[in-house]
Amino acid sequence: MAFLTHFYAVLFYVAAFVLVSGLVVKVVRYARTPAPLKIPTTPAPTSRSGVALRMTREVVLFESLFRGNKWTWIFGWIFHFGLFLVTLRHLRYFIEPVWAPIALVQPFGIYGGIAMVIGLIGLWARRFLVDRVRYISSTSDHLMLALLVLIGASGLLMKFVFHTDVVAIKSFFLGLYALDPQPLPADPLLLLHLLLVALLMIVFPYSKLLHAPGLFFSPTRNQVDDPRERRHLAPWARELEQQAPAASSDPRG
Amino acid sequence: MAKATFDVPELTPYTEVPAVTPEAMAHSAPFVSKAEFQAPLGFPGELVEDWQTRAIDKMGELLGKYRSLRVYLDSCVKCGACTDKCHYFLGTQDPKNMPVGRQDLMRKVYRRYFTLGGRFFPKLVGAEDFTKEVLDDWYSYFHQCSQCRRCSVFCPYGIDTAEISMAAREIMDSIGVGQKYCNEIIGKVYKIGNNLGLPGPALVDTLEGLEEDVFDETGVKVRYPIDEEGAEILLVTPSADFFAEPHVDGLIGYGKVFHAAGVSWTLSSHASEAANFGMFIGSYDNMRRVAQRIREAAIALKVKRIVFGECGHAWRVAYSFLNTLAGPWDFLDPRYPVPQHICEFTHDLIEQGRLTFDKSENDDKVITFHDSCNVARASRMGEVPGGQFEIPRAIIRATCNHFYDMDEDTIRDRTFCCGGGGGLLTDDLIELRVKGAKPRLDALNNVMQEKGVTHMAAICAICKSQFTKVLPYYGMEMDQIVSLHQLVSNAIVLEGGEDDDEEDAPAAA
Repeated sequence: MAFLTHFYAVLFYVAAFVLVSGLVVKVVRYARTPAPLKIPTTPAPTSRSGVALRMTREVVLFESLFRGNKWTWIFGWIFHFGLFLVTLRHLRYFIEPVWAPIALVQPFGIYGGIAMVIGLIGLWARRFLVDRVRYISSTSDHLMLALLVLIGASGLLMKFVFHTDVVAIKSFFLGLYALDPQPLPADPLLLLHLLLVALLMIVFPYSKLLHAPGLFFSPTRNQVDDPRERRHLAPWARELEQQAPAASSDPRG
Repeated sequence: MAKATFDVPELTPYTEVPAVTPEAMAHSAPFVSKAEFQAPLGFPGELVEDWQTRAIDKMGELLGKYRSLRVYLDSCVKCGACTDKCHYFLGTQDPKNMPVGRQDLMRKVYRRYFTLGGRFFPKLVGAEDFTKEVLDDWYSYFHQCSQCRRCSVFCPYGIDTAEISMAAREIMDSIGVGQKYCNEIIGKVYKIGNNLGLPGPALVDTLEGLEEDVFDETGVKVRYPIDEEGAEILLVTPSADFFAEPHVDGLIGYGKVFHAAGVSWTLSSHASEAANFGMFIGSYDNMRRVAQRIREAAIALKVKRIVFGECGHAWRVAYSFLNTLAGPWDFLDPRYPVPQHICEFTHDLIEQGRLTFDKSENDDKVITFHDSCNVARASRMGEVPGGQFEIPRAIIRATCNHFYDMDEDTIRDRTFCCGGGGGLLTDDLIELRVKGAKPRLDALNNVMQEKGVTHMAAICAICKSQFTKVLPYYGMEMDQIVSLHQLVSNAIVLEGGEDDDEEDAPAAA
């Protein structure tokens, strides 16, 4: 029992560290890499607030995907929105006292869990049924779906069939904050669920799950359409200019 | 109908998504650039000895210089939204012409050398060594992308395959594997001043000829000046406008509009080309060098404004990049955007009621409009987003009585590429060009059948050349493609200047 608790405690410390540090490294790298040219996919907003609105529509509604493919959009959106509700529901394990909005969202989190699995199955089905999507799917794409489906299914099973001691789980996670892990219930389904979640956290910064931060750094979506009004110059392009100065507009120059 | 050594696809009322046929276009590759065309651009003449190492190093360099490349290689989730969007996939069925299929050619190399997953579990994540076979695939399929950005519109992360294609071509150039068509042309721009290699005296002759033709036809002395210092406007236009049909009819139209507006303007023999193929090969250095000619010409000729003629990718470079590459433009008249599109110029005059048209002059035509990809998805006209769609259409409506749009799914930002953009407008890629034109021509054929459309107007030199060439393969007439300013030219009612009659007088006497 003690071994199990300690194993999972270490696992989650490692997973949290990998997730956070891996993401920070990636995001810093994205942020530091310049976008030397104005390449928004037009028509694009002509102001920062317009871009914020465009990004919000992309993040919340998956606007481009909606225009691109209705089946992928419906399954993808169901999955992501379900995952969002599930995440909110799970926050109760990590905060004490539980905030009122999180308490309110609890029942919706259950629907979210069901929606999430349905969405994933729909997305997975496309990888077999549509020849083009089958062609582009690699082993890792299937494994990622398997991982998420297993996480969702094991969670739903614990909710509806094999209940586990949620109070003990909460004290385990709250204990991790204080470097004082409390005993974790030894239910196989729970252990599987947590193992897979830790795995997901670890692969996140090294996989296509980077699409989440990536979207915010996508120049075709986050740039303002104002190249004639504002001169856009990357640092390395500025250096280029200093090496070989542009033709001067000064007739004496 | 033109003879083809390949099967020309049958047009369908709506473009259907084909079943994937792997390697269907693996045989397609453009001629490789010879050493003499590589050197002027600063590239090695042939495949260098340690090409693999140098290619990986170059990829690393580009990953540090272009956020787009770095983010896009990481972000794809293989959702498939782009898989049925590329005109080359729709026309050839080759899955490596699906945008994600094309990106994966680079992504698998990126993963192998730049990601943990690819280093340790290459099979699992589809990572591969950069072998000669992979390089050959790159050369073939990164020259089957016209960088039209249609895929980017539908991608949930905005992944733009054009960015990947440009980077791939830059990497290939850096190890000595260049494409003859693009690199030879850029060399001509450096040496002579334009893509077609027309020297200054030839341009002067041509323009004088145009003045005579227009005078004979209209009785009005419309000028087509070149290298006139102190003119208000510098017109930069694709060199095809100087002689090829239907391009030249557009140039005639620009001149008539300037004439009607009463502004002085000039072309430049130094910047006698709007096109900038530096973009197609992804080379910032070459793109900048080509763009600098325009700055030099503007300074030398002491103009106050810069206007671009009808050219798609040139307008992208002009609108989106020119300020970056050759700015700042603080020495020009601040009341006007730099640069302006000829359509913006004409449209402003129409709005102000300063142009008179006799629309019946175009009554022999029923017009539709082809949105050129670089104008539609990589630039703007006017003050409002989407002006690049509305302004050309407003000009058509002002000059023609009969206008119908093609299917909504195939116009505006969902427009299909003509099939010849992105540096692929070369005869060694004719099969690709014909097949890639199918989605656009499906839609054109549809409005021809349903609305009686006879002509398609375009505002891009590449589109015009491409359609002129490929329409006959589909049993259509090459002259069904017209310049937008050709329509303006037909309908505009010009008032004669004071000296117009003088030349008539001796003839009459």
